[in-house]
Amino acid sequence: MKRSILMFCLALTSLASCSSTDDSDKNTSDGFDRTALLTYTADQRIIPIFKDLQAELTLLESTRAAFENNPNSAQLEQLSAAWLSAYKVWQHLQMYNLGQAATTSLDAERGFRTYFNRYPVDQQRIEELVAAGDYDFEAIPTYNAQGFPGLDFLLHGTSTGDAQAIDKFTSNTLAANYQQYLKNLVAHMQQVNTRLLNDWQNEYRATFINNTQNGQDGSFNQMANDFVFFYEKGFRAEKFGIPAGVFSNQPLPDRVEGLYKKDVSKDLALAALDAIENAFNGKAYQQETEGPAFKQYLEFLDRNDLVQSINQQFEDSREAINQLDDNFYLQVQNNNSQMTQTYDVIQAAVPKLKVDMKQALDFSIDYQDSDGD
Amino acid sequence: MRNSLSSYLQQQTSAAPLAVFRIGFGLMMFYSILRFAFKGWIEQLYIAPQFYFPYYGFEWIKPLGTYTYLLFALCGLSAFLVAIGYKYRLTILVFFLSFSYIELMDKTNYLNHYYFISVLSFLMLFLPANAYFSVDAYQRKYHYPKIPRWTIDSIKLLLGMVYFYAGLAKINSDWLLKAMPLKIWLPSKYDLPLIGESLMHKEWFHYAMSWSGMLYDLAIPFLLLYRKTRWLAFILVLVFHIFTRVLFPIGMFPYIMIVSTLIFFDAQLHEKILNGFRRFTRAFKNKTKALSYPLHTSVKQKISYSILVVFFAWQLLFPWRYLLYPGELFWTEEGYRFSWRVMLMEKAGYAQFKIVNPQTQESFYVDNTRFLTPRQEKQMSFQPDFILDYAHFLGDYYKAKGMPAVEVYVDCFVALNGRLSKRYIDPKLNLYPIKDTFKHKDWILPLDDEIKGL
Repeated sequence: MKRSILMFCLALTSLASCSSTDDSDKNTSDGFDRTALLTYTADQRIIPIFKDLQAELTLLESTRAAFENNPNSAQLEQLSAAWLSAYKVWQHLQMYNLGQAATTSLDAERGFRTYFNRYPVDQQRIEELVAAGDYDFEAIPTYNAQGFPGLDFLLHGTSTGDAQAIDKFTSNTLAANYQQYLKNLVAHMQQVNTRLLNDWQNEYRATFINNTQNGQDGSFNQMANDFVFFYEKGFRAEKFGIPAGVFSNQPLPDRVEGLYKKDVSKDLALAALDAIENAFNGKAYQQETEGPAFKQYLEFLDRNDLVQSINQQFEDSREAINQLDDNFYLQVQNNNSQMTQTYDVIQAAVPKLKVDMKQALDFSIDYQDSDGD
Repeated sequence: MRNSLSSYLQQQTSAAPLAVFRIGFGLMMFYSILRFAFKGWIEQLYIAPQFYFPYYGFEWIKPLGTYTYLLFALCGLSAFLVAIGYKYRLTILVFFLSFSYIELMDKTNYLNHYYFISVLSFLMLFLPANAYFSVDAYQRKYHYPKIPRWTIDSIKLLLGMVYFYAGLAKINSDWLLKAMPLKIWLPSKYDLPLIGESLMHKEWFHYAMSWSGMLYDLAIPFLLLYRKTRWLAFILVLVFHIFTRVLFPIGMFPYIMIVSTLIFFDAQLHEKILNGFRRFTRAFKNKTKALSYPLHTSVKQKISYSILVVFFAWQLLFPWRYLLYPGELFWTEEGYRFSWRVMLMEKAGYAQFKIVNPQTQESFYVDNTRFLTPRQEKQMSFQPDFILDYAHFLGDYYKAKGMPAVEVYVDCFVALNGRLSKRYIDPKLNLYPIKDTFKHKDWILPLDDEIKGL
């Protein structure tokens, strides 16, 4: 018995000593620093984006207050501009459905975007809620009547019986209710964003950074999953695939993002693509510097081939999107084949992210728990 | 030759190792079934899905709705009865049938170690595992302290084959020359204490693990057989299986292998283990008579021998069937399963199905999550027989929904062991009319790379 233990130790040491001679790889330094990646993502991307959205929403609120005092079309235009500017910032945030954001609404899949960007909204539902004057934006019946798409309808859509968008705040018998709904909706978005930003700054940042474990609940794993999910669902499917009818028999033009303003869907999609590219390449928010992110992690693993291929896909997508009409509602109706071709270009990156990048970084896409071989 | 064979068949040995093996096997199977149930996997894997991927030729084996729970209960109960050796011949048969039925319900959940359990329990149908220290012996008031030696040797042979074939399968260029897929898997285990940050990402460590894994699998049967190296071998078994248990989510398999390899040890050790059990069963102490095992060769015995010869010949040859297929085994997976190919591939895919109405040329893409569980979708997206099964399911589904004619296309990308993903199947090929067979699936696009080796 003693002899066999001795033999075993000998065997182990000989194995270790002979195998260390072929120690010729480049990665002899420490492993990839995930704490640094998470810290950088929190401090240079997520928190600054939350702050920027906070500033945008504050501006939106002051423009709204001015419009309430002076409901004319010039004020409405300013409000619309503030809306679009905030909506574009939102595109950068949507992929970070982490921490409290993931659980802040009762919709487990959408998380915090329930309160910001669930579309299409239900016009009839909004009109009912306005008429009732009694609603809670955290209750399920309001989920398809709020966020930026809800504002889109209020600022650009025409209510039943009205002639134009502004009428609902002026001539409509429920004008006061509409003003109140607009006010409450903006206030609620501010409130949710403040809540999440505070949590990031006070509590969640530390949790996020320290959670370097490699399980489904690890921060990197969650972030990678959210990133891929945003590309596949929030970007590819919702902004392009669904309106182009690739999942249905006919095109569905009324599913475009920014349905009521109409000429902004391309702008919003391009902002989302910027967000995706920047997140992948680790660009600090609104700056030119780069820090540790997916790209750097892949490079660390000697997968420059994959980095190049993914960035090339992003460029191809941008080129294809640039060819489209500003107004996807029109694009789908007039030349849907160009829309589906663009979808195909965007689609081509999905296997790169979901199969190749997932394999290289070995994070688990939220699969069920079970035994392996 | 004939004489030496018949004299080998006459040789006897202590029944204790087989008794310990029966108890260990039964208890671990019993625990496995309980664990499976408590994790909610019966519901998740066999009740919730809308569609199950059948094994070719076993399409008639389906989950039984809520009776599936009963099936698992039967399987667990029979495992327990095997452990205590109650009506052994019947209960091991019930266990073999129920366990194999469960495994055949959906190939999504195929694992080599489940197949191993089925094969092993089939072998146990022919072994007198209740001869000694069993309820059966207690009830019939006699036991056999000695049993034919071949019965224990046959388990050793099966275990040895599993290891050895697993080792042979590792002799390929991806495993040995590229350290794949360990090079992908190990660095992501950075959160392990001590070795996580220091070893797991080192290239030499990936190679060391790949090579030692291969050598371990090939050598361990012989190290276990040879008395002088047996303890060393057992320590290696412990280290290897516990280490893989720490690294990978492989459930009960390491424990099953550790307990199984005890069969290689001498009877004294097993008597000691049985003495441990005897302390708990003192209340049942009775005087069963020791009889000598009947050595006459009955017709029944001869039939058993022939079945076992065919069984082992099958085990020996079946893993080589992949040689009959053209193309790269890891890519096409034709002849991959049931061959002890364990942990050889990091393979993932993405499959997008398109349903076309050929009359109107209208088409749409399928949202796989509508029909498949995440696990099913994952398995489906890189295995050609799954893709074909699912294409048929989709075609039938939309036909039943009233589409007059249906064509099913797939655009599928697969990445294997760190190669860039490649298109897997011609997206212009209508899969719906294609029937699955054992013949080569010539509609799989080639890997355009060669993985050398066995």
